[in-house]
Amino acid sequence: MFNYCVDPKAIEGLMWLSCYVTTAKHMSFYFSFLVVIGLLSLAAPLAMVFGFAGATASRSNFRIIRSLGKGYLAMIRGIPDIVFFLFIPIALDQAFEYLRHKVLCFDVTEPIRQGNDFVVCAAAKLPLNTAGEWVHDIYGFSLALLAFGFVFGAFAGNVLSGAMAAVPKSQIETGEAYGFSQSQIFRRILIPQMWIYALPGLSNLWMILIKATPLLFLLGIEDIVYWAKELGGIKTGVYEYPHPDWRAWYFGVLMIFYLSLTYLSQSVLDKISARLSQGQATMAGKAG
Amino acid sequence: MSSCFQTLSDYGLRSIGYGERLLPKADITLCEQFVLIGSGMIWNIYFAVLALLLGFFFATVLALGKNSNLSLFSAPCRLFIFIFRGSPLFIQFFFAYDLFVLLPRLGFDIDLGFFVVTVETRWLTKAWLGALIVLFFNTSAYAGEIFYGALRAVPSQDLESADAFGFTGIKKFRRIIWPTMLRLAWPSYTNEAIFMFHATTLVFFTGFPAWQQKGDAIYYASYFADKTFNPFVPYPIVGFYFILLTLLIIGLFSLINRRLNKHLPTNERKRLRFNKHNLIR
Repeated sequence: MFNYCVDPKAIEGLMWLSCYVTTAKHMSFYFSFLVVIGLLSLAAPLAMVFGFAGATASRSNFRIIRSLGKGYLAMIRGIPDIVFFLFIPIALDQAFEYLRHKVLCFDVTEPIRQGNDFVVCAAAKLPLNTAGEWVHDIYGFSLALLAFGFVFGAFAGNVLSGAMAAVPKSQIETGEAYGFSQSQIFRRILIPQMWIYALPGLSNLWMILIKATPLLFLLGIEDIVYWAKELGGIKTGVYEYPHPDWRAWYFGVLMIFYLSLTYLSQSVLDKISARLSQGQATMAGKAG
Repeated sequence: MSSCFQTLSDYGLRSIGYGERLLPKADITLCEQFVLIGSGMIWNIYFAVLALLLGFFFATVLALGKNSNLSLFSAPCRLFIFIFRGSPLFIQFFFAYDLFVLLPRLGFDIDLGFFVVTVETRWLTKAWLGALIVLFFNTSAYAGEIFYGALRAVPSQDLESADAFGFTGIKKFRRIIWPTMLRLAWPSYTNEAIFMFHATTLVFFTGFPAWQQKGDAIYYASYFADKTFNPFVPYPIVGFYFILLTLLIIGLFSLINRRLNKHLPTNERKRLRFNKHNLIR
């Protein structure tokens, strides 16, 4: 980066450090912080969509849809989220490749599962073998994003269905008395009123989501955990910047990053909650 | 069926080092997957039960400390709770492991009077101790915050009645404050316990090595998923085991909940439900 960095072994102290923290690999490390922020900003809306669908389905009048919705919301309470993070990306990948194989290579008669192998024709591979590195990166990230959306959708669905149940029944009954249809009641009465009940749960969920982002590492994404391990490990003399085991320092930096992120979020969420409870007939509302 | 009994005796305790040494490699059967993943559950239960038992007491201390008027006590407790609740457990594992690795390899002799225990720092880099400490601190912080909230919610009339009856100090805490605090905190604490069991699945994905392939349930599940390239069998098996475990915890915690609520009139008793719209974590 700097001119004097040409021969890092000749320099010392702060100059050495300034060269060390601006290497190309460190730039990838800094970029991976943006990946975390990107994941957060995409996963949160996606989870809301999944959650809304789940919560609505669990209130459906059709039994099959209702039990599907309820099953979706219930499973996250019994099964650790890591199971889903490991399962969903590879399951989705195989499902996509299976479907593409059936459509694109219908003339191949050999079975896809051969013993311990999963064999699809070259045209069905996702991404294609000829695709560039960045396509693989985007594809991997999208699968991870879907996994996050699915898991946190189930959490959000629990919050939203709890909030929908908390809206006073008399409000719904009033709607019925005025001749609103079921969908009108849903859109005009239930949804606008549930947010205040959902807010504490959703804030909590946001904090859980922040703290789940390092799990990207498990999905094979080159995220901050990957780079911290990579950069912090012992570098012998053959490297340009030899240093002992610095992983504890790198993970210390990650700890500080996450602590500031959660601290910042908490203070914003407290402000929002204070604003929303103004004028409400609750203890918090009267105090404010 | 008899071969499945054979598998059970070969791999039933594999996760703690008994039985067959080599893991199944080819022609993996459903039975092998069930047995080995179930064997891994021993570790999940070990971590969660010990962390929760120890954490329960430490959490009470933290809650009391945070509630203290003296900042000498409250500040460190606040900081501890903030650090462990504000950062991801996953990062905590990595951070702790890398710190433990840096420690000099020493042996400390602890004289217990009747015999001497040698505590070695290298144990800290092993999952059974190092990861347990992280989980213990983590659950203490979460439960500490829950207990703190409950402590603040103990009705002031209860305290006034205690004063009126001449309860003071330890006796007031043990007989009046503590049971009420527990009763109020119990639904959230049940949540925390369930999440703790789920959190144990992270251990072997962080720095802590699964020595001689002695791992937890999800370690074996991902082993099978890698070997068979079929995720649709091992992961549902893990899910199945954890659903059973979760139901067991809910059953156990409801029994305790019933005892904590015993003195209340029946219409005021709260039945324990897995809290839907207030997942604490």
